[in-house]
Amino acid sequence: MKGDSGMNGGRDGALAVEAEGLVYRFGDNVAVDGVDLEISRGEIFGFLGPNGAGKTTTIRMLATLLRPDSGAARVFGHDVVREADTVRGLVSLTGQFASVDEDLTGKENLILIARLLGYSRKEAKVRADELLEAFGLSDAAGRQAKTYSGGMRRRLDIAASIVITPELLFLDEPTTGLDPRNRNQVWDIVRSMASGGTTVLLTTQYLDEADQLADRIAVIDNGKVIAEGTPGELKGSVGSGVLHVRLRDPGSRPEAVRVLSRAIGVAVETPSDPVALLARVSEPERVPEALAGLPHAGIAVSDFSLGQPSLDEVFLALTGHPTEEKADKKEEEAV
Amino acid sequence: MTDQAGKAHATIAEGALRSALPYRARPKRPNALSASLTFGWRALLKIKHVPEQLFDAVGNPIIFTLMFTYLLGGAIAGSPGAYLQYLIPGILVQTVILITAYTGVNLNTDISKGVADRFRSLPIWRPAVIVGALLGDMVRYALASAIVLALGLILGFRPESVVGVVLSVVLIIVFAFSVSWIWTALGLVARTPNSVLWVSTLIMFPLTFASNIFVEPKTMPGWLQTAVIFNPITHLVSAVRGLMYGTIPVGHIAWLLVGCVVLVVIFAPITMYLYRSKK
Ligand SMILES: Nc1ncnc2c1ncn2[C@@H]1O[C@H](COP(=O)(O)OP(=O)(O)O)[C@@H](O)[C@H]1O
Ligand SMILES: [Mg+2]
Repeated sequence: MKGDSGMNGGRDGALAVEAEGLVYRFGDNVAVDGVDLEISRGEIFGFLGPNGAGKTTTIRMLATLLRPDSGAARVFGHDVVREADTVRGLVSLTGQFASVDEDLTGKENLILIARLLGYSRKEAKVRADELLEAFGLSDAAGRQAKTYSGGMRRRLDIAASIVITPELLFLDEPTTGLDPRNRNQVWDIVRSMASGGTTVLLTTQYLDEADQLADRIAVIDNGKVIAEGTPGELKGSVGSGVLHVRLRDPGSRPEAVRVLSRAIGVAVETPSDPVALLARVSEPERVPEALAGLPHAGIAVSDFSLGQPSLDEVFLALTGHPTEEKADKKEEEAV
Repeated sequence: MTDQAGKAHATIAEGALRSALPYRARPKRPNALSASLTFGWRALLKIKHVPEQLFDAVGNPIIFTLMFTYLLGGAIAGSPGAYLQYLIPGILVQTVILITAYTGVNLNTDISKGVADRFRSLPIWRPAVIVGALLGDMVRYALASAIVLALGLILGFRPESVVGVVLSVVLIIVFAFSVSWIWTALGLVARTPNSVLWVSTLIMFPLTFASNIFVEPKTMPGWLQTAVIFNPITHLVSAVRGLMYGTIPVGHIAWLLVGCVVLVVIFAPITMYLYRSKK
């Protein structure tokens, strides 16, 4: 088994993650309510859900930090409770709130982790420098992490997670609060990890992000997985895009509904705004022609857009209710 | 705002990233001692990067020393100089005892910041993070002791036995290490780092006053004398005074060491239980 790359410690043929009926309660609050998961090796798996859905709690059970109240989970075939130590040797966790020591410098943070993984002092320094270089942090290596910007801190955090490339990497909301450029960098890192053979489980509140990165997505709400599939399947079940149109004249709306629904072949909804129209489009290629039909019918359009469905729209379609945040005790009270 | 540091290091070096990623060679995992020492190193780095914690902690005792010596020293012991010989061993104990809470404060900070989650998900001996922090904090106690002793020497404190001074500091550190376990347990249940500091101060401050740090218990009312005699800090101060003035107060030392063992036996397992089951 020793020289076997990419599978150290993992049982042959086992899935990266296999969970059945995971439940976790905080007092009366059922944070995770019977989650089943199957994640294959090398996959990027996205956990999509609003604040308070139970994403972090699920990840913390899989990373051996919480003991499930019921159900079971295996990571590369090892039970997260009974073989917790083996599992810890296969996974790395980048928590929702940057899990670096802010008082230490970037370099000291990485040396600390490398030493804890068993590197000699010298090897630890070499590895730290290599990672700082790779993550564009060389110039900030000697500064305390508390002086880092959000993006730099996130990169340091991820670097600390891959001092030894893990078989399974947990990333809990890796891009929340980052600007687009930093977000793109994190996406690049995730893709590089996956192309190197690491299985990635990431959580996000953005459908867009899950769509960009994940091979498969589980949508989680109130502690339950309410939908699962590839990004394409999910969007397909919701309509692959949402067309918003605004008219000059509210009086022309009934006519516009007729023209549009005929041209794109789906129902057109009328939101409370009297000049707005909304349609969940399953064949986006039919949209340009449909829009062109409006001026032909003498209807003036002031504005239109075709976008991906938002998480809200996915939720509305899947659950029939919009995303509603569960009373978020943790974030607010900082337990 | 984006990275202020500018473009130069804001971009990830693609090539470097690719080559740094596949790094699967796993060295032998460190043993319990080596993992603890690594966390001890981290505690030392914190002393280096956040020296305020140490200076805050010795600020109070310096004020106490000056105030008690020059305002009250004459009244209590006849002259400030004579009182100083009595007071410095007590102040030394008070200073170190009051900073024992920082181990708990730092542990609580780790948990609220999320870095504790990273440590807990590493394949290492789990108590290492706490044992290591306590080991590193022993250096903090030694530094604080050195500062107080230096101040005392400048003001005119003249202990009789150098060996006794060294043994005193060792004894104080051993006691402080044992007391720290109370605060690590507290650090795991308290809601914020500040509340750890508050609760510990609320307990320890009265304890240091209801002792023989500042005055001989003889002058106190009977009920208070009884309390003072049972206060472990009184035994520590008596032991330290004895050692510094060339005697070996076996009774006090034995009493203390038993107390230390009791503290560790009770609070170390509670701390580890709380740490393991922390949500
Ligand atoms: N430490 C905690 N103590 C009490 N309740 C918690 C704690 N952590 C999370 N919760 C609750 O569990 C539920 C799921 O939270 P979480 O897993 O953090 O969701 P997500 O990561 O999807 O935002 C929420 O209702 C939250 O309030
Ligand atoms: Mg979360």
